[in-house]
Amino acid sequence: MSGEHGELPVAARVRRLEERLIAAGLATDEELDDVLERVFTSASPVNGARMVARAWRDPGYRDRLLADGNAAAGELGFGAGTEGYLLKAVENTPAVHNMIVCTLCSCYPTALLGPSPSWYKSFAYRSRAVREPRAVLAEFGLELPDSTEIRVWDANSETRYLVLPRRTDDADEMDESELASLVTRNGLIGTAIR
Amino acid sequence: MIRFAAGARVRARVADPDGHTRLPRYARGHVGEVVEVRATWQLPDEAVRGVFRSEPVYAVRFNAAELWGSGSHSVILDLWESYLEDAP
Repeated sequence: MSGEHGELPVAARVRRLEERLIAAGLATDEELDDVLERVFTSASPVNGARMVARAWRDPGYRDRLLADGNAAAGELGFGAGTEGYLLKAVENTPAVHNMIVCTLCSCYPTALLGPSPSWYKSFAYRSRAVREPRAVLAEFGLELPDSTEIRVWDANSETRYLVLPRRTDDADEMDESELASLVTRNGLIGTAIR
Repeated sequence: MIRFAAGARVRARVADPDGHTRLPRYARGHVGEVVEVRATWQLPDEAVRGVFRSEPVYAVRFNAAELWGSGSHSVILDLWESYLEDAP
C-alpha cells in the first residue's frame, strides 16, 4: 500500500505545495524532511499505552491525566508531541464506554497513537460512529452490555482525545511495561476493550 | 466573557455558513447541554479568511435521540460560542 502513495493525486498535491513553500523561502527541504522524520519515528501507540499503564498503576497519575492530559503527557516525555492541542483523556468504566472519531477529517493525538489507521479516516467510520456506535463496535468484535452508556467524542475542534481503557483485574501483579503491552491503538481509540 | 455555563441548554445554529466551519451539519438545529468550557480559541470560520478573533469554545453533549430520532448513546462536540444560541 505505502509503495503506491507516489501515484496518488494527493501525493502530487503535497509535492507541489512543498515546492511552493521552498520557493517562497518559508521552509527548506531539510526542515520538511526533519519534521516528517520526527513525526513518524516518535509517534506511536506505544506512547499512549505507556500513559495508560502508568494510570493503571498510579492513581495519582490517573487523576492528573484526567484533569490535564497535556501535563500528564509531559510527565512521560511526550510534551513536545502533544503541544498545539488540548489533550483530553476519557476514562472507560463498567458504566461508560468512550470512543473517539473526527467527523470532519481524521484528527486524533498522533504522537500518542501513531499515524491513524485507514479505517479511522474512512467516511464509513466517521459517519457511522456518531450514528450507530454500538453496531460499529460490534463489527470490531466489541459487544457491550445494554446497560453500558456509550459516549462518542467528535474531535471537530482543537481538542484531541485519548481513551483510558478499563484496568485489568490483575494489574497489581504486572509491571508497567507488561501492562503497556496489553494496550492497543484500537483500545486508545475506544474500538477495543484495551 | 463566557456566555454559557456548564449545564446550560444550547441550540446549535441552523444557518449553513458560506465557507469553512467546524459546526458539523448533523448537529445543526439540535439542542444539547454544555459539559464544560474548553478554552478560548480562534474562530476557524473567520481565520480561514485572515480574520483572527478568539471566542470561548464549549464541549456540548447531544443525546442520540435528539440528533437522530433514536439511539441511547451521546455525542460530544466542541462548539464555538457563535455556533450556539440559548435553548429553552
